Amino acid sequence: MYGFEALTFNIHGGYLEAIVRGHRSGLLTAADYNNLCQCETLDDIKMHLTATEYGPYLQNEPSPLHTTTIVEKCTLKLVDEYKHMLCQATEPLSIFLEYCTYGHMIDNVVLIVTGTLHERDVQELLEKCHPLGMFDSIATLAVAQNMRELYRLVLVDTPLAPYFSECITSEDLDDMNIEIMRNTLYKAYLEDFYRFCQKLGGATAEIMSDLLAFEADRRAVNITINSIGTELTRDDRRKLYSNFGLLYPYGHEELAVCEDLDQVRGVMEKYPPYQSIFSRLSYGESQLLDKAFYEEEVKRLCLSFEQQFHYAVFFAYMRLREQEIRNLMWISECVAQNQKSRVHDSVVFIF
Amino acid sequence: MVLEKMEMFLDNLQPMDLMRSEKMSFVQLIIPAESAHRAISYLGELGLLQFRDLNADKSPFQRTFVNQVKRCGEMSRKLRFFKDQINKAGLLSSAHPVIEPDVELEELEIQLGEHEHELIEMNSNSEKLQQSYNELLEFKMVLQKAVGFLVSSNSHAVAEETELNENVYSNDDYGETTSFLEKELRSVPSNQSGLRFISGIIPRSKVLRFERMLFRATRGNMLFNQAPADEEIMDPVSTEMVEKTVFVVFFSGEQARTKILKICEAFGANCYPVPEDITKQRQITREVLSRLSELEATLDAGIRHRNKALASIGYQLTKWMNMVKREKAVYDTLNMLNFDVTKKCLVGEGWCPSFAKAQIQETLQRATFDSNSQVGIIFHVMDALESPPTYFRTNRFTNAFQEIVDAYGVARYEEANPAVYTVVTFPFLFAVMFGDWGHGICLLMGALILIARESKLSSQKLGSFMEMLFGGRYVLLLMALFSIYCGLIYNEFFSVPFHIFGGSAYKCRDTTCSDAHIAGLMKYRDPYPFGVDPSWRGSRSELPFLNSLKMKMSILLGVAQMNLGIILSYFNARFFGNSLDIRYQFVPQIIFLNCLFGYLSLLIIIKWCSGSQADLYHVMIYMFLSPTDDLGENQLFWGQRPLQILLLLLALIAVPWMLLPKPFILKKLHTERFQGRTYGILGTSEMDLDMEPGSARSHHDDFNFSEVFVHQMIHSIEFVLGAVSNTASYLRLWALSLAHSELSTVFYEKVLLLAWGYDNIIIRLVGLAVFAFATAFILLMMETLSAFLHALRLHWVEFQNKFYHGDGYKFKPFSFASTTEDD
Repeated sequence: MYGFEALTFNIHGGYLEAIVRGHRSGLLTAADYNNLCQCETLDDIKMHLTATEYGPYLQNEPSPLHTTTIVEKCTLKLVDEYKHMLCQATEPLSIFLEYCTYGHMIDNVVLIVTGTLHERDVQELLEKCHPLGMFDSIATLAVAQNMRELYRLVLVDTPLAPYFSECITSEDLDDMNIEIMRNTLYKAYLEDFYRFCQKLGGATAEIMSDLLAFEADRRAVNITINSIGTELTRDDRRKLYSNFGLLYPYGHEELAVCEDLDQVRGVMEKYPPYQSIFSRLSYGESQLLDKAFYEEEVKRLCLSFEQQFHYAVFFAYMRLREQEIRNLMWISECVAQNQKSRVHDSVVFIF
Repeated sequence: MVLEKMEMFLDNLQPMDLMRSEKMSFVQLIIPAESAHRAISYLGELGLLQFRDLNADKSPFQRTFVNQVKRCGEMSRKLRFFKDQINKAGLLSSAHPVIEPDVELEELEIQLGEHEHELIEMNSNSEKLQQSYNELLEFKMVLQKAVGFLVSSNSHAVAEETELNENVYSNDDYGETTSFLEKELRSVPSNQSGLRFISGIIPRSKVLRFERMLFRATRGNMLFNQAPADEEIMDPVSTEMVEKTVFVVFFSGEQARTKILKICEAFGANCYPVPEDITKQRQITREVLSRLSELEATLDAGIRHRNKALASIGYQLTKWMNMVKREKAVYDTLNMLNFDVTKKCLVGEGWCPSFAKAQIQETLQRATFDSNSQVGIIFHVMDALESPPTYFRTNRFTNAFQEIVDAYGVARYEEANPAVYTVVTFPFLFAVMFGDWGHGICLLMGALILIARESKLSSQKLGSFMEMLFGGRYVLLLMALFSIYCGLIYNEFFSVPFHIFGGSAYKCRDTTCSDAHIAGLMKYRDPYPFGVDPSWRGSRSELPFLNSLKMKMSILLGVAQMNLGIILSYFNARFFGNSLDIRYQFVPQIIFLNCLFGYLSLLIIIKWCSGSQADLYHVMIYMFLSPTDDLGENQLFWGQRPLQILLLLLALIAVPWMLLPKPFILKKLHTERFQGRTYGILGTSEMDLDMEPGSARSHHDDFNFSEVFVHQMIHSIEFVLGAVSNTASYLRLWALSLAHSELSTVFYEKVLLLAWGYDNIIIRLVGLAVFAFATAFILLMMETLSAFLHALRLHWVEFQNKFYHGDGYKFKPFSFASTTEDD
């Protein structure tokens, strides 16, 4: 019943929506970023951040600070907030919130599997995993030798299990395989999430389908660009694209046959929302593409806060916070490595 | 003549402390760099100077003393770490501080660093010890438990083997394949190498998943034995006790072994080898036990040593914390100062109350002297551009009332302070709604308890609710006293009337008259001397009588308070020398209000005095509808009709009077001021230099007539409508007091008296309990709260909107007392 969620939304979702909007107002502003960009040392960054909502998380850190500590603590804050919201959430919202973390889960699985393939220490890998994507027995992933084992041993217990139906092969794992697995999983995940949001209906479906479509299209472009010049066949490439989004289906047909960046550009410029992104890039330049996409994403995420009585704010808040942590990581890295001239290169202002 | 005398009288009035906020001076300090720190900390102890941030455009890490601030932050982090450690060790940090000579900040920093280093080293040592202790403990448990499994499996090797496998499969419903696998297993030569085992220990919460994972990884070709460990083991990270389970896994094959080991590692299960030979087992067990006891002794010694170190820190912790907090406050303040051109002096600006100038001067001299500085600190008053902060010197008693007013808005600098009147009017209006001397006595006892334990309660931390109650203890006291007074007037004690001031004025004519009628009553002596006659209670005309009384009383109180508000606006205008406001705002306002509602009050008083039966509604309504008509039986005094016509005319004149002249006069003044300056002002470079950025002088007073006019119109309309609606709003006094008395009557009659009617002790007790509960929670708590809120509203809206701007900002001096309180 579109338009009538205002009647009943607040019964279960009102408190959490208020919470998430409160969290959102704690995001760093452009003024904060300006100050952060002027910092000389990591201590300055810490000092500035202790004046923000990150204060309680950073104030007990001993002074010679590392970028990893900052990022770790900032992530910890996000995780704490997420866990709090998840504890308070009731049915469709709690599932929705869990959906938001599956992406991290996929990334973590891929990280561990790739790591063990290159014989890295499991504990070390575990530390690198995103805490939102942790599940029990994630460490056991190291035991698996091929996809089938991976699925049968570990992933069958996780929510990722249904997404695996596409990629159960007995082939041994290698880098290429894993990357394909990641994208197949991601495709299945996005489609599932999309279906779930459609089922929820109302403003949630409307806004989330927009956000997820953007995500799917971005992945399609990235897959295309990354697979140029590899042995991935066109059909295989075509299979990795999610079956929804603005580019589906005709854009996908065209992307599948692209051989270089300019062809991709040609395809994308037919779609008005992406035209602005690509028109800003000069020909043959792909470094800035990521940033352009991030900026576009942030814009869309911020817009979702303009509407009330829907779940997309939770998704948007978590994405924005992650973007903020990426920004902080970039700034801290630049400050730590004395590369202050590059500090503005990859910071995406949120407000 | 009279006016002049009035002026004289008003001019000669003593200035009241609380009426106007303290005179403030904008001062500049020029402090030589060498005595800056000392001067600021002395000023912090004095706590009478509010510094202005002169570096507001700089971010925190671009300021001068950022390093010191960082060092203080680092030190307070260390202190927090100590506190944390002390709490973890279960020691008390708030032991009596040892009086020791003050240490310098640098020394303290070094000392803290040493302590931290020492502690961390001790922690890591004890952590290592703890870890090996844990390992040994786990090993011991594994030995104890696993031996049990192994003995049975070793004694009947072959038979056991199949049996074990059978166990596994039948448990997991693999019935059909069992026989086949059995055959296979049997064909394998069943020596020690065929069936191997891994033993270890794992947290209990993970056992189930662990077992499932093992089963999957080995495709069921294993046997999992488990037994709960006897002791809990401390988790070194979280220092919590964890329950663990000992397990032994039997399996065959090298591949399975690597897999199982990997899984063990992934689950954080610690594996310990258990020899199969019994003699060896015994030997190892002995070794482990002896090493355990050794380690235990070492650990104990370590902990004792650590506790001693912590205790010695704990003695001084609070003192250090205070000191670091103060230092941080000093450097934060120093960061607000500017360096002058020569970089040898710090320049500070700020506000201080004018009376404190001598004190500050003296303090600064002391600072110069103590720091052996060659140059004194220059302290002088400057012209301020922005309006000064508002500072009232309150005491324990007036503070709560000032807070009530400040909650609405901090007074503009030197504006008339409503708190002066609130001290009395607030508890009084509360009591009008809460008039019952029984309830008043209960409140009084509560307030007295709070006041009697003042010194004890003020030193300890209270909950948020208690804190609020304690903060308002004097408000509560006055509210209780006034409600006893009002209760005596209403003659209600838990809703029961008493004959305190002599007998009732009424008496039954004969025995046939019942309580419910007044018809049979006759007045036989003078009126009841104080308050309401007790005979009204319970009579049929009780409500109409009390309603009429309370309603009229509310209007009288309301009109009086609103008049007070308007008169205060006169004092404000006089104080600020604004004759325009007096002539075109105060005068028409007071005329308007008194012509309508002042007249109504007059009628009420005349009616009370004369005992007339006139209908005041009728009088008031027809005063507007047909002022020229004859009043008939509603006439209260001679010449009422012409007076009414006059009042009505005055009220009608007052409306355009307060609306029109002021904006036009303002416009005229504005044009006069700029006459001959038709070319406008050129922004000369000299003037630009004069102007500091962000100062009040920089924005020209642009005169926008339409804006001023609309503003005046809004004000006038608000006042005219407000005169009616605010008077009506005061009727809440009547409504709430009615509700209170009716509610307490209900509880008294329908609960207590009803229960008392039974001759059963249990019912009586229950009735008493319900009555006490209802009185305490509904009447004493809920009703107090609601009456409080309504009194608050009457003050904030009906009273203060007549004169109070409330757009000032509070004086927040730099003071150590407030910085240490913050924690």
